[in-house]
Parts: sequence; C-alpha cells; structure tokens
Amino acid sequence: MSLQFMITVTLNGLTLAALYFIVASGFSLIFGLMRTVNMAHGSLYMIGAYVGFAVFDSLYASNATAGYAWYAGLLAGVAAAAVAGVVMQVVFLGWMQGQELRQALVTIGLSIIIADQLLAHFGGNPFQFFAPDALFGPTPVPVIGRYSTFRLFQIGLALAVGVGLWLLLNKTRLGIMVRAGVDDRQMLAACGVNVPLIAVATFALGAGLAGLGGVIGATAQPVALGVDVKFLLTSLVVVIVGGMGSIGGTAIGAILIGVAEQWGQALFPTYSVILTFAIMVAVLAVRPQGLLGRTGR
Amino acid sequence: MLRKKLALKTATALAAGLFALAGIGAAAAQDVIRLGSITTLEGPFATGGQDAYRAMEMALEEVDYTIDGKKIEWIRESSNAQADVALARARKLIEQDNVDIIVGPLSGAEGIALRDYSRTLEGKTIVNGSSGAADTTLRDASPNFFRFSTEGTQWMAGLGNHVYNDMKVEHVALVAADYAFPYAQAMGFMLEYCEAGGAVTKLWSPLNTTDFGSIIANIPSDAGAIVLIQGGTDALAFLTQYAEAGGDLPIIGGSITADQTLLSARGPHQRLMEGMLAAGPIADLNEDPMWVEWVAAYRERFPDGFDSPSIHAFNYYTNTKAVLLALDEVDGDLSDGQKAFQEALAKVEFKNPMGANVRLDENRQAISDIFLTRIVDDGGTLRTEAFGKTEGVTQTMGMDREAFLALGAPSRDNPDCPPAN
Repeated sequence: MSLQFMITVTLNGLTLAALYFIVASGFSLIFGLMRTVNMAHGSLYMIGAYVGFAVFDSLYASNATAGYAWYAGLLAGVAAAAVAGVVMQVVFLGWMQGQELRQALVTIGLSIIIADQLLAHFGGNPFQFFAPDALFGPTPVPVIGRYSTFRLFQIGLALAVGVGLWLLLNKTRLGIMVRAGVDDRQMLAACGVNVPLIAVATFALGAGLAGLGGVIGATAQPVALGVDVKFLLTSLVVVIVGGMGSIGGTAIGAILIGVAEQWGQALFPTYSVILTFAIMVAVLAVRPQGLLGRTGR
Repeated sequence: MLRKKLALKTATALAAGLFALAGIGAAAAQDVIRLGSITTLEGPFATGGQDAYRAMEMALEEVDYTIDGKKIEWIRESSNAQADVALARARKLIEQDNVDIIVGPLSGAEGIALRDYSRTLEGKTIVNGSSGAADTTLRDASPNFFRFSTEGTQWMAGLGNHVYNDMKVEHVALVAADYAFPYAQAMGFMLEYCEAGGAVTKLWSPLNTTDFGSIIANIPSDAGAIVLIQGGTDALAFLTQYAEAGGDLPIIGGSITADQTLLSARGPHQRLMEGMLAAGPIADLNEDPMWVEWVAAYRERFPDGFDSPSIHAFNYYTNTKAVLLALDEVDGDLSDGQKAFQEALAKVEFKNPMGANVRLDENRQAISDIFLTRIVDDGGTLRTEAFGKTEGVTQTMGMDREAFLALGAPSRDNPDCPPAN
C-alpha cells in the first residue's frame, strides 16, 4: 500500500467528514437546545438540495447567469431549508415541547410527507449541481499529485461552519441565551427571555445548516430520493458517537465516521457499512453519553 | 319437529344461497379476466416502475382490454423493490383481488420470491415483469412462473469477446454493486472475457454507495478499461467522481448502467458516457421498423414519459404481450386450472418491440437476441445505438445446461480471473 494511496483515502475520509459535520451540526444544535430528535433532518437536507437545484438549473441554462447560478442555488437552498425548519417549529413542534416521543413521531410523519411531495414536484430522476469553475477540477497537492478542488473546499467550509458556530455560541448574546436554554429553560424564561423565539431562531439555523449540507452534498454526490434517510442516519450516528449537543463532539464524530467509512471501503468494501456501526456500539458501550457528551442532566 | 323443519329450511336456504353465489362467481370468472400486476412505484426504482406501467397500459390498450369478448380487468399493485413487500402484494392480489394472472415484479430478489410463491399456487400464473436474476428460472424453476424477458447473464452476451478481441483490452477493472444482479451480469461478461484470455480486477461496493473516492483510488494503473455494473444514482455518482478525479479510461457499462435515468440526467458524467459501450436487450436507436413504430407510439401516448422507453417498459411490454397472445390463443379460457392457457403460454413465439424473436426454453425462460450498444450524441441528446447483435441467446449462454450449472451460481468470487501479478 503506497503512501499516496493512504493519503488519498484519508483525504477522502476527511472531505466526507466535512459534509457530515455540516449536516450533523444542525441536528446536534436543535437537539442540544430543544431536546427534539428531529427525524425530519434528512428531509431538510433534501429540501435544500431540491429547491437549490430548481434555482440553479433555471439560471444555469442561460449563459448570462450561469456564472453565479451555483451561488444563487446555495443561498436558495439554505433559505428554503431554514424556512421549512421555522414552519416545522412554529406549526408542529413548538407547542408539543417536552413531549419527545410525540415530536419524534410527528417529524417522522413530516419526513414521509416531504419525500412524497418532492417526488411529486420534482420527479424521481437523480441530479447533481456543477461546481462553479473556480471550484471544479483537480488541484495540485503534494505527494498525491492532484486532488478534487471541490472536496478540499468542503473541508474549508466545514471549518468555517465550525468556527462560526463556536463564535456564535460563545461570543454573542444569542449564544449565551442558547447555552442558558440548554442548561435550564425555565430559569431562562423566568429571566424574561423569549424562549420560544430563541427556539425558532435555533431551529432556523439548524435547518439552514442541513440545507447548506444539501447543496454542498448534491455538488459532491448525486441526489435522489432516499438520501434523506441516509443523512438522517449518518447524523444520528455522528452525534451519538460525538455526544449530543456538542459542536466539538460532532466534529470528532464526523471525522471518525467519515474516515472509517472511506478506509473501510478501501480495505474491505463489502463490510464497510458494519465499521460505522461497530464504532457506534463501541462508544455506546464505553461512553454512553458520546465522546464529548455531558452527563448528569 | 318444528325445530327440525326450521333447520332443514335454513340448510336449504343456505345451500341455495351458496349455489347462487357460486353461480355468480363462475359467471364472473367466465366474462372477466382478472389481471394483476406488481411493479416498483416506491423506492429506488420508482421511475422505472412508473415507466413499466406506461408500457403495460400500451399493451392492454392495443387489445382494448378485451380478449374474445371477455373484458380484462387490470389491478395494479406497487412494491418498493424489497422481496417481502412484493410477496405481500402478490398475496393480496391472489387472495383478496382473486386475480388469475400476475405480471411482475421489477427487481431481482422480488422475482425469486414470487417464483417460490407461484409454486404454492394452483390454477394461477405469474409472468415476470422486468426482474433479471438468473436463478429465478435457471435453478429450481416453478411450473407457474414464466419469463419472456431475458436476464442479467444473457444481457452481457457478446460484450466480453468484443472488449478483448476488438478493443484489445487485456485487463479491466470491474466496478460493480455487491448483490445478485451484478453478479449475474459480471458472470455473463467474464464467461467470454476470461475465456478469451482477459484478466479482471474486481472492485465491489455496497448498493447505495455515494462516495466512490476510495474505489477510484483502487483502480489498477495497468487496467485498460472499466466495466461499470452499477445502476441509477450509484452509477451517476461513480461517473461524476471519476470525471472529477480526471479519469480517462474507456467505460463499459452493464445493462442498467446506460439507461434513460442516467442519460437524461445532466452533469459532468456525460463527458465520460459518450462512446460508452454496453450490452442488453434494447437500444434507443435501432432501425428495426417494429422498434421505430413502438417508440413513436410510446412518445405519442405518453408525452410526459421518457425520451425513449426504458428497459423496464420494454420488459413489461414483452411479458404482457405474451400473456395477451396466449389468452387469445385459448380464447380467454382459464378453466381447468389454467391448463390450456399455461400450455399455450409455454409455446408462444413472437417478436418483441426490438424486432427480436422470443421463445421459451423448458424452464419457461426466454431465448432472445441481445444487442451490443454504444452511446452516441444524437442531436444534443445522449442515446444508445445498437452496433452488434447476438441472436437467440439462451440462459446457459450457448453452453450445455449441465456444464453451465456445474459452473456454480454467480457470486462475488465466481467466476474469477485475476491479473497474474
């Protein structure tokens, strides 16, 4: 096994981890504040991808607008997912706060409805975004020669998302309120903070991240019906491994799962799926709260 | 005494009622032929399933839903490409809807499940839809299961020889999904290719793989071509990522790789697809007048359908056509446990829309023609074009049945011809 091969596979793992991190961080954020296990998180990913593509596709058709079609698609995808998230929180989940099982069932129902609606509106053909020229094609990388530019961009974007979230949660007033809400909602409400509004904002942010993941993911890999389940499952595994509600934990979980998936595929393709779950089982057995999760709540 | 009389009366009334019911049932059975069908309107092959029903509708409309004055009542069911779901829907069709004949299913494992179910039935017939697993009819065939479409191994006929002899490629990387249908396709390809002297490096990936980065890194540097036996999104993902990694080996596709789903999806993968070779039972561009006419009829009837009918549409149409021909042969007579009908069905010989002759072997499996195809840019649209044909391909690829069965069932490791080093 050559060094070049090892670096390529590891880079593949890290770039996949970047995508997983972007999607799972939104999931973790929503869970951290609201204790809502949002089973429709994968659907938000799909909404981002489909709506973004609808905008992208119409702009891409004309030469005049093709240059910024991808960026417009990205914005549209993020906005659509965020709006869908707000609607979900305001119409369905907000008033059943605290009833976790009911919320989980409602979000499962929503995910089924959303998948069918997307099928009805957009059809079942798979599609993919084309990265803008600046991000398409290979980039020279030492040792391995060249590597896909877009995949490297994914890592940069995930780092930006991670740092941005950290700054938001630790350095802003909104972040202080979110963190206080995680620890004690009642006390926060008693201090005069409009907790439901904070919840809506958090949901919009988490859903927007899923939408961002949707557009980025749909540029790196094709999207078709069924990816909602895949990304929901991955998000669940990532946050279970990393620790629910912790951004650092989500990053570690994403890296572990992404790298393991790619190395598994390179070394023993048939059984690579098992590796992901083996990691999850091992973490659950040794640290049930996840690698960076907190206990005693 | 009174009680006895009453009991007698009740019994008579009951008997009369039963008799009347039976009479109605018999009358209904004679006037109406109940045709059930199963395809995948849910799950990964939903678009293929939708297209399958378009073609079935065409076949039934051609006879105006009547055979010799008897109305055909069509009851549609849907599955999601899972064997257990297909089986449950088939049971529903037989037990609740009381259908006489089922056409379906679409996917490989479903086919094997329905083959096994058909064996437990009496006086009912199941005719394949588009499922292409070899074992459905090759091993342990059921007397009530008929397949007028060819299957995965047959579809690769002629491709192995072409790649070795005409393209002069001596080592290929096989990138295939890890389940029964690609095994059958790989076997069809490798039987010829390994025999000719070629070597194959196999790279299996689980079904629904979206990131092929590591598979691409594993493609040997001395491989002369890639044989890609993936379908739908998996194939799209591989081709896009291979294009992005700057890959430039010629691509040889399996029979479901170069289908309409992939050809009509836009993206960087199209650069790799032009010129791609494949083999299978259909080609979009085929000069046979039957095909030209059929495609025109399809487009006119379904303006919102595909640009050209998919392989599933073709297979469902062929199988439905066989049912209608056999029904016509026996004047719609399904009495006597469908004995006459099944005999007629086994003997049906006709031309499918590609203009290829179709007949059954002793296991009720189709013997038909297989085409070598090439993807061409037809005025801005990618289409498959037939450039070669192997006539009358049998399920045993022209080999003696015993010798073919002795090769064993296709699997991840069978057959095998790795490169020497």
